Amino acid sequence: MKAVRAVAAAVFLESVRDRVFYNLVLFAVLLIGASILIGQLTAGQDVKIIKDLGLAATSLFGLFIAIFVGINLVSKEVDRRSVYPLFAKPITRAQFILGKYAGLLLTLLANVVVMSVALYTVLFFLARGVPEGVQKAWDAPAMDPGLLVAIGMIYLELAVVTAVALFFSTYSSPMLSAVFTLGIYLVGQFNSDLKHFDTIVDSAPAIAIAKASYYLLPDFSRFDIKLQAVHGIHVSAGFIATTVGYAVAYIAALLFGAMVIFSRRDFK
Amino acid sequence: MAGAAIRTRELSKDYHVGFWRPRPYRALDRLSIEVAPGEVFGFLGPNGAGKTTTLKLLMQLVFPTSGDAEILGRPVGDVGVRRRIGYLPENPYFYDHLTAEELLDYYGRLFDMPSADRRTRVSATLDRVGIGAERRLALRKFSKGMLQRVGIAQALLNDPEVLFLDEPMSGLDPLGRRDVRALMLELRDQGRTIFFSSHILSDAEALCSQVAIVAKGRLAASGRLTELQEFAVQGWELVMSGVPAEALERVRGRARRVVTVAGGRYVIDLPPDGHPEDMLRELTSAGATLVSLTPVRETLEDVFVRRVAEMGEGARS
Repeated sequence: MKAVRAVAAAVFLESVRDRVFYNLVLFAVLLIGASILIGQLTAGQDVKIIKDLGLAATSLFGLFIAIFVGINLVSKEVDRRSVYPLFAKPITRAQFILGKYAGLLLTLLANVVVMSVALYTVLFFLARGVPEGVQKAWDAPAMDPGLLVAIGMIYLELAVVTAVALFFSTYSSPMLSAVFTLGIYLVGQFNSDLKHFDTIVDSAPAIAIAKASYYLLPDFSRFDIKLQAVHGIHVSAGFIATTVGYAVAYIAALLFGAMVIFSRRDFK
Repeated sequence: MAGAAIRTRELSKDYHVGFWRPRPYRALDRLSIEVAPGEVFGFLGPNGAGKTTTLKLLMQLVFPTSGDAEILGRPVGDVGVRRRIGYLPENPYFYDHLTAEELLDYYGRLFDMPSADRRTRVSATLDRVGIGAERRLALRKFSKGMLQRVGIAQALLNDPEVLFLDEPMSGLDPLGRRDVRALMLELRDQGRTIFFSSHILSDAEALCSQVAIVAKGRLAASGRLTELQEFAVQGWELVMSGVPAEALERVRGRARRVVTVAGGRYVIDLPPDGHPEDMLRELTSAGATLVSLTPVRETLEDVFVRRVAEMGEGARS
């Protein structure tokens, strides 16, 4: 466990030094700039739009980090041969994979936390000048704690994307890993459609392939509850629990695969 | 040999080359070596001979196609044994954004060193390899020679019993080479086992008690350095002055060659079985004076070139 912690801490430190967090400044500027602009243009919709924009930006910025840092986590170390001195130390390859993953999760967590604080701050200032009566007409209050559930789901989705990126980066080049991960992410957005493919086509093999793909590929649409959060629609605890369980199972499978592949790999 | 520090048995490694029709390329062929504790073992060979592959097999960075290897009596896959070893890879590369101090601290954590202990050890190890105030600079700002020193520092961090050094002098300036040489001798005197690969033969001559020469993935020669050199004695070089002409003519037939050099001196080149003591007696009794008598031994470089050439012929025949 200590070895996993040490690797995770090194990943976090490298990310900080590698200016991964510069995107936070961009995020804050975008959010504040947009809120000022939208405040001028719309009447009564500005809180909804800011929530929408804030959640979408949190998801998008996180996605960039998850993919572009994730694909380099392992492959960069192998390409640059920094794994050579590392694996002469008392650490297993499985611990290394887990440490890398935990380190990137920590980086993403710091990102998501700061973005959430920025979003709530903007919402707080936006709501301050609005009369109480108007606020009551909103679908959800400006400082709606329900937003945190949506943010939590975004984080969970990023955790799965990171695991996908890490999985590919254990045996593929960064470029291919990025293409594969982005591909899986995009397909995963529409994955739930594959489940009901039998209602569209008659071909048995096509239906079988669609069903197999549904179970094999991650279903990222499950994690998207941004709309519900913005409109204050209740999301059941059961749904959240099954989604968390789904993410954990998927991540565990990917990490296990990554560890098996990486543990057998020759570093030529 | 009981209790060998390092042992490989019939260790082989094939890589697959070619994309469409991969075919095996044998990088290492049935290597069997044993290194006794406390030995400075020079693992020599030209580039591409299989030195780095052997070290990678010992560090389990690659897996053997066949055969096995042990370090301190444990299989190389045993993570526990890594607490007792240090490894410097060839042209080491570390993390751009960490400082030397942070890098060693990171590695120290992997050895479960307590925090206070770690600080002391990191500092002392960096001092030992001559990294001063630069220790707080990001490693991307380090020169090749400085990175090599950091590489040596990380290999020494856990006070290892067995050290594996892949081309330790690579990238170092003459002062750096001298420092590393001194450090290796100091470690040898402390009873550490050092396994180091090199294609720079003078380093091996200065440091090693035992060597193995690999070429084309195969063990070409091994043994104590002195034994290898004795085996390679090529002849005797007798330098005399004031040699009378008739005495010179008498011995000329027994010499491979006689060369006149400045100051009325003669260099008489004798074959290995040329009995220089008889000739010396004969010439001095004729009135000549001895200037020097030197056994002509092959340098390690010569042994190296010859063995590699023999391997080439062996492979062709």
